[in-house]
Formats: sequence, C-alpha cells, structure tokens
Amino acid sequence: MPEFDVVVVGSGPGGATAADILTEAGASVCILEKGRNHLLALEPPFAGLGRLSNDEIKFQRRHFLGPDPLLEPRTYRHSAADGERRVTGDINNMPSTVGGAGFHADGKLPRYREVDFRLASEYGPVEGADVVDWPVDYAEMEPYYAEAERLIGVAGDHTGNPFAAWRSGPYPMPPGADMFLTTLTVPAAEQLGYHPYRAPTGANSVPYDGRPSCNNCGFCAFYGCPIDAKGDPVAMLRRSLARGRCSLRPESVALEILVDGGGARATGVRYLDADGAEQTVTANAVVVACGAFETPRLLLRSGIGNSSDRVGRYLMFHLQTIVLGFFPFNVHAYKGRDVTHLMDDPIVGDAETVSVARAAGLPFLRGGIVEHGGSGHPIMEAMHLPPGAQHSALMAESTTRDKMVAFTMQGEDLPQPTNRVDLDAGVRDVWGLPVGRITYQPHPHDVLCSHHWAPRLEAVLRGAGARGTSWVTSPGTPGTIAPDLHPMSKHWMGTTRMGVDPRTSVCDPWQRLWDVDNVVITDSSVFPTSTGYGPTLTLVALAARAARALAASM
Amino acid sequence: MCRVGRVALQFLTEHEYDVVRRLADQLLPPHGEFAGGGAAGTADYVDMTLGAFDFDPPRIWAGGPFSGRFGGDASFDQFLPLSRLEELAWRTRIEGSRGEAEREWNGPVRGWQEIYREGIAALGDDLDLDRQPELKQLLFEHACEACYGAPEYGGNRDLTGWRAIGYAGDVQPRGWTDAEVTSA
Repeated sequence: MPEFDVVVVGSGPGGATAADILTEAGASVCILEKGRNHLLALEPPFAGLGRLSNDEIKFQRRHFLGPDPLLEPRTYRHSAADGERRVTGDINNMPSTVGGAGFHADGKLPRYREVDFRLASEYGPVEGADVVDWPVDYAEMEPYYAEAERLIGVAGDHTGNPFAAWRSGPYPMPPGADMFLTTLTVPAAEQLGYHPYRAPTGANSVPYDGRPSCNNCGFCAFYGCPIDAKGDPVAMLRRSLARGRCSLRPESVALEILVDGGGARATGVRYLDADGAEQTVTANAVVVACGAFETPRLLLRSGIGNSSDRVGRYLMFHLQTIVLGFFPFNVHAYKGRDVTHLMDDPIVGDAETVSVARAAGLPFLRGGIVEHGGSGHPIMEAMHLPPGAQHSALMAESTTRDKMVAFTMQGEDLPQPTNRVDLDAGVRDVWGLPVGRITYQPHPHDVLCSHHWAPRLEAVLRGAGARGTSWVTSPGTPGTIAPDLHPMSKHWMGTTRMGVDPRTSVCDPWQRLWDVDNVVITDSSVFPTSTGYGPTLTLVALAARAARALAASM
Repeated sequence: MCRVGRVALQFLTEHEYDVVRRLADQLLPPHGEFAGGGAAGTADYVDMTLGAFDFDPPRIWAGGPFSGRFGGDASFDQFLPLSRLEELAWRTRIEGSRGEAEREWNGPVRGWQEIYREGIAALGDDLDLDRQPELKQLLFEHACEACYGAPEYGGNRDLTGWRAIGYAGDVQPRGWTDAEVTSA
C-alpha cells in the first residue's frame, strides 16, 4: 500500500497547483522540495515566516533563494563544437526554494492567444526548427486559464489589449497603479501605432484570498514579497497544507523516480532528506514539476521517459531584446510593480514584419511581449559602472537606474532538437550527481526578429523623451556588445514536450509520460513552442488541467 | 583611522583594515554628499563578511521582514541561520576549500579570505590595485554592496550611499502610495 496517492517533486507554481487541486479532490500528497523553506510555517495556521525583505544583498548577491552555484553548478555551451562546456557556474538559475520560481517572478501573467497553440497549422514549417501544434487548443485551455487567474490572483484590465484572446470573464482584480514611466512610454507607443495595455499581474491590487494589497515597494522581480501580496504559490501551498492531506518536505533532493520491475509504472521517489539520509516515498502517481532544467535532469538520471530520445531536447528561452532609454530626469522605476504595461505588437506583427519575414524565407516573424519597465536597485547599477574616479559621480547621476527606462521584448524562441539539457558527467553537484548541461543557440528567426524590433523600440523611447538609447540581447547575438553572452532569461521551456505521437514527444496531451503513464509533468518543460509570452500562467493552467485529469483517474 | 560600531575586527588585521579602507576610496571615491567607499564602511562590511562565521547565526543573510526604517519592527539585524549545505557553501566561498574533501567535489576553491590576505600583502606602497586584479574585482563587488546595500551588513554608514543617490532603500511596510508611483 503506497504511503501517498501522489508524490509531487517541486513546490513551484506547477507543483503547488497540482497539490492544491489534488488535495481538494481528496488525494493525499507528499511534496518534495529540494530547497529551503523561507515561505510559510508548516503547522497551522501556516503563517509567513517573516524572512522575506527588501534586501538587495540577500536576494541578488547571496543566493538566498538558491540554488547556490557552488553547490549546484551548471554548464553551458553553444554547441558541441565548444567541447564539453564553455561556462560552469550560474546559468539562468531559477529559485530553488519552497515556492520555486513563482517566488522570484514579477508576476506578469498574460494568456497566450489562439494562434499560439497552432503555429504549424497556421504557418507551416520553418527550416532548422521543429515547429508543431500543441495537443490542446485555446478553447480547451480557457477555463483553466480562468482557474489559474483565480488561484494565483491576477489583477488586470480585460478590455485593454486589442489582440488578446477571448475570455469568459474579467480578471479577479482591477489593475494596480501605473508606474510613472508608462505615462511617457504609453502615449509614445500609441503615437507610433502600437497598443500598450495594463499588464495582467499576479500582485494584489485589492485584498484577495486572505492576502493584502500590494503597496508598490518595488522589490518584485527576483525578490519574495514581505507582505504576501504577490501571487507566488504561497496561497496554493497554504490551502494544500490546511486540508490535512499534504506533507511538504523541504530540503529533500529527488534522486530517482522509482519504477516497477517492468518499468511501466512509477512506484515512488528515492530522495535525500535534509540530513543527507536516503529515503523513499511511495505513491500511486508521481507529479514532476522541477522546471524545464531539473525535470529532464531527473528523468535522465532515472532512465525513464526517453524512448523517443526527446527528453532534454527542444530547450527554449525567450530571446530577450533589452532596449534602454536614457532620460534627462528621474523616472523612479523602483517605485511600483516593476512592469505595469505590456504590448503585443511584435507578436502579432504588421506589414513590415511580414515583408522582412518573406525576404528572409521565413513564414513569420514573431517577437514577444514588450515589457515597459526600468532598472533594478543601486548595487546592480554600481556593479555595472567602471570603478574609479567617475564611479560615485555616475551613481549620483544615475543614468542607468533612476533615469533609465527599459523595454524588454520576450521574443519567441523556435524549438530546435539540438538545443537541450543533458547530463555533464565531468562536473558534479554537492550530492555527487552529474550536473545539467545546456547546449543552446538561437534560431536565425529569433535573431532576425530581435534585430528588426530593437530600432523600432528605440524610436518609441525617443518619442517618450529619451535623449539616448541602446540595446542588447540575451543571449548575445552577432553585432551586439556581448555576442557570446549566455541566455539570461528565466523563461525556461521545452525539454519534455507534449504531443500526440510517442515517437516525437515525451508526454501525451495530458502531460503523462508516454512510457510511464502515472508520471505527470506539470511545468513548462511540456511546452511544444515558446510563444512570446511569459510562461507561468500557461504552465499553471496546464498543471490545473493535468491535475484534474489525474485526480479523476484515481 | 576610525571604526564605528565595531568592538573588534573579526578577520582583517588593523593594517589590512586600513588598506581596504583606502582602496575603497580608490574604487568608489568621495563625491558630493557621498563620503567615499572608505568612510561609507567598506572595510567594516568586508571584515564582517570574512568573519561571518564568528557570529551565530553567521552574518550571511539579514533577517526580515522589516528594518524599521519605514515602520514595523526592526528585524534585519537578526541574521538567519543557515542549513548544513548552505554553511558548507558559504564556508567554502569565504574560507576556501583548504584541501578538505568535503569542499572539493569539483576541485579546490580559493576563498575570499585568501584573496584579501594574499592580495593585500602583495600590494606595493602605492596600493596599485591593477597589479592585483583578483583582489580588485572582489573588493569592487564588496564595495558596491557595502556602500549601496542595507547597513545591517556593516556598510552604508549613516545611509551615506543611499542618501547620496536619493534612494530610499527598503521601504516596507510603508511602500509607495499609488500617487507616488504614478506621478513624477
């Protein structure tokens, strides 16, 4: 008799969503989380622990949310031509803590559009990429999107985005306060024919779900919320625990998914506890929600799910085009929710992008949402200025913080089988396990799109009053100031793509491993394509859908 | 030489403390209201960091949720305990791997204490940091943290760094009003 109905590996948005829905349905759930618990007490009333703070040293410099790159390095290379690796250390690390990556995000939570689920049908193939349709469409996803918005608590204006997909109702909350900089950038964008709108955001604009409204402290991205106003997974975990059927085990490192003798059924998970002692937890099903880096690493280590040779492949990041505008006055981007407006125009495209795509032999040119935001806090600025005579004067002038507006375009990254996560046996983590290796380079489409949109976004910033502009990309692209820069985006997708054919996908349309169908993946690794929107809301909606299906089957 | 708010040095010698103070002024010199990296407390920050494990809990992560500067009970100065593995990581980073197998699963690690001690010893009387690039890089990072981070870590004395750039710092639990967010 298994100890639990389900063991969930990972307590981020995907794992927390699954736990919430499964416990609501009556299932007993054990959540294994590799990282520390800084989020909530594990005894009633599951209050916050009071460890989160507006502290740039703790969160940005000292790995408070983990993973510490000394303990858990990663390796990176552009391609096999680089040899085994070219970088070892912190490569796009996502928080490793109770609450996972939901903890650090600034909570921009747009839905995808109808066409995003059927790119191949709509546009046809792209040379060098493996563009496919999703095995689910928007109409099926819509109720789950609505549920995800309720679970997380999303504030937004459902009338604001002319390109948005249809929806069954308004957002659970109205939008919060517009940042000052958007009073400059929004009119400038509209003047040039673009369509900025108030960003759907997982930060409470009014008290919601027993949590207070956001007070605009400005420490959203890469920080936890000290007052519980952010839609991180705290509410879902709290509900799961309160039902009395959930055991949350922090500092528990999943070593291997256990399968029965035939290899077709998972029986539980072998893991290391906080003291480093090996433990086993048994369950009728295993939900894997470790993120698109750790999930394939766990599957590869376990030797399951890979009959298609697709585990780890089709790794996608958003190609970030970061366009900077330098203003002659302060824009105080440190006040507010980091980003309060988006625009979808580069995803939707126009006559000019169609023309550029055709000239390049591409069926489309799809960028991503443009986030209207600013820069970070002063240590970050200080670190990027040259030391010496001018440093303190430049800090006082604050051209790159208080006087800077940043547009970030989260450009669509086309799926390529050679972009992947695999195991690097030459480097070990603190537990002695081979680390994950990223092999990645963007598709020519992504680079072309970035270079097409950067000057257009610079024009918006000049129209808003910027005296100077510049731009960079992440990862680096030819002709930019850091062409070899590895991706900095925290938007990890792909690596266990779902599909309708077990020969070409890892998961079925319900996110179950084709090979071991009581293992369900509920993170963004199942995404077949990346679109140009932040992945969190969609991964939560998919997790809700998959968890409901799992609950119904038990 | 004037040290404020500290009874004794944890790791640095008096000589090293004085050198770090002077080097911090090279990297982040005085300007306007900013008293310079030395006067802002960089040497205190570095000493507290290098001697973090002389304290219990170690001075790695300040507490939360509030400092008290904008209301609420002050708790930044109640540092948080580390887990077993976090202690391993931070001891390795600060003290180096020292040939201990437990710290060298991917090979030897040179610690910050060594970098400071050996780098300062190798400096000439002219304190030319360009001849010690490893020390220069590390001290620059620490000086930025010291001058523009929360003062509970030992730097940003009298909030000189934040005041000089018109930055409020940690504003919880007050936050900013909607009007402050939206207006110029």
